[in-house]
Amino acid sequence: MSQANGKQQAGKPVIDIRKITKVYQMGEMKLTVLRGISLQIYKGEFLSIMGPSGSGKSTLMNILGALDQPTSGEYYLDGVDVSKMSDNELARIRNKKIGFVFQNFNLLKRTEALRQVELPLLYGGVRNRTARARQALEAVGLGHRLDHLPSELSGGQQQRVAIARAIVTQPAVILADEPTGNLDSRSGTEVMQIFQRLNREKNITTVFVTHDPWIARHTNRVIMLRDGKIVADQRVKQPLNAGEAERPSEAEELQGIFEATYFGGSKEEYN
Amino acid sequence: MGFAEIFRVALESLLINRLRSILTTLGIVIGVGAVIGLVSLGRAVEAFIANEFAALGANVLEIRSAAPRSPTRDRVEPLTTLEAARLANPTIAPSVVQTATSYTLFGQVVAESERTTTTLNGVSANYAAVRNWQPLLGEFISEEHVRETARVAVLGLDVVETLFGSRDYNPLGVTVRINERSFTVIGVMSQRGGTFISEDNVIFVPISTAQTRLSSARTRDGGYRVSTIYAQVADETLIQTATQEISAFLSEAHGVVFENEQDFRITSSSDLLGIVNQVSSVLTIFLTMIASISLLVGGIGIMNIMLVSVTERTREIGLRKALGAQRGDILTQFLIESTLLSLLGGVFGILLAWIAGLIGTALIAELTITLSLDAVILATTVSTLVGVFFGYYPASRAANMRPIDALRFE
Repeated sequence: MSQANGKQQAGKPVIDIRKITKVYQMGEMKLTVLRGISLQIYKGEFLSIMGPSGSGKSTLMNILGALDQPTSGEYYLDGVDVSKMSDNELARIRNKKIGFVFQNFNLLKRTEALRQVELPLLYGGVRNRTARARQALEAVGLGHRLDHLPSELSGGQQQRVAIARAIVTQPAVILADEPTGNLDSRSGTEVMQIFQRLNREKNITTVFVTHDPWIARHTNRVIMLRDGKIVADQRVKQPLNAGEAERPSEAEELQGIFEATYFGGSKEEYN
Repeated sequence: MGFAEIFRVALESLLINRLRSILTTLGIVIGVGAVIGLVSLGRAVEAFIANEFAALGANVLEIRSAAPRSPTRDRVEPLTTLEAARLANPTIAPSVVQTATSYTLFGQVVAESERTTTTLNGVSANYAAVRNWQPLLGEFISEEHVRETARVAVLGLDVVETLFGSRDYNPLGVTVRINERSFTVIGVMSQRGGTFISEDNVIFVPISTAQTRLSSARTRDGGYRVSTIYAQVADETLIQTATQEISAFLSEAHGVVFENEQDFRITSSSDLLGIVNQVSSVLTIFLTMIASISLLVGGIGIMNIMLVSVTERTREIGLRKALGAQRGDILTQFLIESTLLSLLGGVFGILLAWIAGLIGTALIAELTITLSLDAVILATTVSTLVGVFFGYYPASRAANMRPIDALRFE
């Protein structure tokens, strides 16, 4: 159940966590957020981690992203044990192996797109930064916006800059935390298309953290988290292609659960 | 990440917050400007004073009667014309080239309808040479005038102005009455001294005239009293030696046994210069210390703004760390930012002081205010250190942030 498709199982997993726990000490109280999670993610997978607030998905995301250390358990990222690393070693690992995409884009203000994308290369001490950053921006369809500031870009374009920044180091995995959460549905679809294309064409391993089932339906594998444990790890039968299917409206999703309408607009508005 | 790249990142951050950077720098600009400006001003005043004193003759000793310090003696033997003559003798005081004498009293001068009270200075003919002070118009008192106790007078410029209404008036040949006796004006002295020390309110007459016709300065042994003996020393370096020679001779002549029984004082203009310089340098140090406080305040301002900046840019720091910035990268970036701010403030402060110096030089004719290199170097060093010192705490706060906390910060 925990494996994706057969041809990718053969190699070593890109992400391999074993019995990870995370306990926060809140004064006298201990708050256990993760209760022994094991998970393998293979090269080229595109998966979602789902769960309600408080399920521990953000904490898991932070540990997967080497932003935080587990209280116990092991974490092998691309074959390297990162669960006992120092802060500076973690920084190096994040720089080389992980690409982050955040809900609120997290772009530097008043900095051109090209400079934003160069940033991880700068910290990695990589040469040829401008050429590589330009390639990454072209890959997300922003080759013509190299010197634009965030304030001059739409939300979707800003998130595409962030994606370019995530892929420019050719990381082992991209971690995206609600990447479409701040976007309108059209920009959200555009961004989703880019993730799917990068996964399909460049075989980039991508992990989404989301609470949105519609987003999860676009990925190949869905892991459900509840109260710090994995409660389900399933393959998606027929992943949706972004832009091909129309997102059902709230009314459609909730169809059939209501007894009667007490208050609402005209009949035409609902049709 | 290499230093050059961190430097670039820091510079970009400063440029992005241009207005804030400029305002932060202002404190240092004012601090450094004030320090350099005041040091330069102090130096200019010292140079000006030294210049004024040099004009008075740095190689001249002035000998005057004075009450002995010791209570064992209260008798004061007057200085005499004869003693002055003997001090000029190379076998008595080899370091002394020549001596001039003056006998000073007060008197009333009347010219036509104007009258004034002023210093009457009876002087020997070589007074002008020894004191390096020449007449502007006409001639000075000559040997012949002294020998003949001539009734001639040389006026100071202030006296000319008081008596005749203008410094430009030419009074040569005019008869003035000094203490009820008629004198012919034969010269007008050039202006002497400037802002601080003026000697222009004076009338010179032959010393013999002052000693005999205007008063009676005879001593018991038949000589004439003098007020001041000016001893010109061959060289400034011989001032000490000359003082000892003169002191030895006069002590013997006046029957002085112990040094604190001396009934005369020997002063040189360089003594006075030393005192004035001491005062002005203490003043300069004092002002510089006050100015340094503003530098300190400027440094605290930088720390304050850097702390605000670190808090405000928490998410940026979190992002940089997420993207692979190490502790040292962040620390260095913020240290460079604060140091650049401070250094920039230093540079503009130097500029400010330079401009203020130019303006000061233009406004005050007597002063030439120039930036001294050591002050510039000091200010640059100090402002850099201020940046590092006051920038370290905010920088280390930034560097020690945990990336997840920083990213979550709202």
